[in-house]
Amino acid sequence: MTITPVENQTPGFVAAAAAASGAFFGLFIGTSQGSGLLGILIGAAIMAALGFALTAMLSKEKPIRWLLIAAFAVAGYGTGGLPAALLGGAAGWFAGWFIFWLATSRYRAHLAPYLTSGQVLWHYAFRVICGAIFTFLITPILVVMPLSFNAQDFFTFTPEMLRFDPAGYSLKHYRDFFGNQAWQDALWNSIRIAPMATVLSVTFGTLAAIGLSQPHVPFRRAIMAILISPMIVPLIISAAGMYFFYSRIGLQGTYMGVVMAHAALGIPFVIITVTATLVGFDRSLTRAAANMGADPVTTFFRVQMPLILPGVVSGGLFAFITSFDEVVVVMFVGSAGQKTLPWQMFIGLREQLSPTILAVATILVGISVLLLATLELLRRRSERLRGMSPG
Amino acid sequence: MSDTTQSGPVLAADGTPLKRSLSRALRRQKIRALMLIAPLLLFVLVTFILPIGDMLFRSVENQIVSETLPRTVVALKSWDATSGETPDEAVYAALAIDLKMAAEAKLHTRVGSRLNYEKPGISSLFRKAGRQVKKWDVENDGPYKARFLDLHKGWGDPDVWSTIQTYSPKFTNGYFLNSADMKKGADGPEWRPEDEQIYWLLLKRTMFMSMAITLSCIALAYPVAWILANLPARTSNMLMILVLLPFWTSLLVRTSAWKVMLQQQGVINDTLVWLGLVGDDARLAMINNQFGTIVTMTHILLPFMILPMYSVMKTIQPTYLRAAKSLGATNWTAFWRVYFPQSVPGIGAGSILVFILSIGYYITPELVGGTKGVFISNRIAYHISTSLNWGLAAALGAILLALVLILYWAYDKIVGIDNVKLG
Repeated sequence: MTITPVENQTPGFVAAAAAASGAFFGLFIGTSQGSGLLGILIGAAIMAALGFALTAMLSKEKPIRWLLIAAFAVAGYGTGGLPAALLGGAAGWFAGWFIFWLATSRYRAHLAPYLTSGQVLWHYAFRVICGAIFTFLITPILVVMPLSFNAQDFFTFTPEMLRFDPAGYSLKHYRDFFGNQAWQDALWNSIRIAPMATVLSVTFGTLAAIGLSQPHVPFRRAIMAILISPMIVPLIISAAGMYFFYSRIGLQGTYMGVVMAHAALGIPFVIITVTATLVGFDRSLTRAAANMGADPVTTFFRVQMPLILPGVVSGGLFAFITSFDEVVVVMFVGSAGQKTLPWQMFIGLREQLSPTILAVATILVGISVLLLATLELLRRRSERLRGMSPG
Repeated sequence: MSDTTQSGPVLAADGTPLKRSLSRALRRQKIRALMLIAPLLLFVLVTFILPIGDMLFRSVENQIVSETLPRTVVALKSWDATSGETPDEAVYAALAIDLKMAAEAKLHTRVGSRLNYEKPGISSLFRKAGRQVKKWDVENDGPYKARFLDLHKGWGDPDVWSTIQTYSPKFTNGYFLNSADMKKGADGPEWRPEDEQIYWLLLKRTMFMSMAITLSCIALAYPVAWILANLPARTSNMLMILVLLPFWTSLLVRTSAWKVMLQQQGVINDTLVWLGLVGDDARLAMINNQFGTIVTMTHILLPFMILPMYSVMKTIQPTYLRAAKSLGATNWTAFWRVYFPQSVPGIGAGSILVFILSIGYYITPELVGGTKGVFISNRIAYHISTSLNWGLAAALGAILLALVLILYWAYDKIVGIDNVKLG
């Protein structure tokens, strides 16, 4: 959609803007090759020349952009082999896109016509800043994935990996994870503890959330504050308190103790999500059911439960991930027999740094992607049931 | 309705006055709501609130001295610690009986290590004496003062006795004084020497780093929340995944990822060296210090800042900004005078949340903080699992808990706990 009429820019403007970007990238290539200043000059010169020349050839945009990608990739291959060729290809794509984007004034087409050039510049600078922050958010998670296929026991990219040499990659850390007894025990413990804790917190939590959303509840605020507190109190304090108290009553170091501790930590999440769902619940439905002769239990399971199910399930997912991820409390309340996956990772990170951790991390990222997708589907379903448009 | 003229109270269908019938129905409703809440409340009380209470109790509890050395404590009552002289024979005789019984029950080392927290060196005094006293015939083996002094000249040190006397009551504020870098002197609390004041430093550091983390979260989250709130729904939902994926990824995965990135031989240093920005021999030390902790925790807590900000900004009408600009405001004025004030609740909610979470963090500082980047929680964990000084751990925990509860109260006042949103 174009809201601003645009016309092509002059070659001088395009050349100047392109030269600035060329200087910026040239600086990095220059420093890696020995001289930053030379890099700036050469980068600026190349981009200025391209900008000047391409402004005259706007009609042949597609072939020229492919040509640029190919040319930059070949130049990269000449300097540093396969990885540099990929970087070169990316640079070529960027050069082509950037120059034509400037030359045809496409950058103004989607903006309000009354903006000054300074405002347009700020608009795009702001997007670049946001892009940088998003990169900051996602890079650490993306970096561990390729590293987990490292054939060496290093935590960094080996030259073989950067050359895309198949010998640089292997599944040995995954094999270690599935073959190592300590890791398998930890995985098994996590699988035994987390679902049990989830069931406990979801059962109690849903009942209490229904109670809390009744119209007349005495001490509602105080009760809510108590039930939410496990989320707010620092984990180390919960862990210390539970350690002292559970050893008094003989729960310390037992499976039940860990499950109860984790259930307590998961309850606030269930309460929050289920009460939020109940806000949108039409109470006349239960009255209608009762009117037609259903007893409270039937009403709950046949009318109310199906409608608040998305909230219950997402609360359960939160409770599950809380328990599945939790390490501080289990370290204090549990004993060696309850060593969970995060605990084993913690030991691995603190003592013997083994890249198996990265393989486990990649598997866990996969699990969280699945959970996130489930949650998103549930959110859409809940909004559809409540008659809102899926966002 | 033929009998509208009837006087007296309005009646319900079964003949009771409507008012009473209504209040009975209301009471029944209240009880039913409470019955639904009761199981969970009970569960949380047992599994969570009682343990916290137990911890608070431990921070003042001090029964071990008066239970293990009951006679000595009574005998010491009349002794004047400021006199600078050792107690008289009666006290030593009482100690001999107490120690013999304690040594037979193998309790003398426990009381020794308890007192050792307050005055280093006492532990060995008790251990040695316990071994010897067991062989004594306590009825007629006096005089004990000389015999104790023979065992160890430490028993003639008035400081040792004043420590025992100071810690003989059943409850003590000693742990709290300790965690405020003070100690119990002969006449009231006094400061520890300058070079022993570690907890105040630790608390200051925890506050400073939590502040730094909160501020960097605000700076990074504000633009992101703005762009998420102002882009078309399809694009912003796509970008939202980039915020929610880290939020849902295991804490340890993110911490290990940062460890991989920030190490001396890590990804960032390798890239910088490859680009020639940093010499191979001058790799940056970005981990096991405060910088590592702040960067990693900013990344971990950033979603907790973005999400509240986003939900507030979503409700701000974009037309307000346009109206301001059409009235002649510059970009900056329009933002600062019109948009920013409306987004302050989001900043407040996010900041308190991030501050509360960061002040009690344990895992990440432990793994990437080294010695200079650890928080007060790490000290608590150290006292529980390594130094076994549980009372001090409990006192430090109580102080941290008080801090967090004040913030929690503020959060409740400003945002309301009912308004917490997840995802």
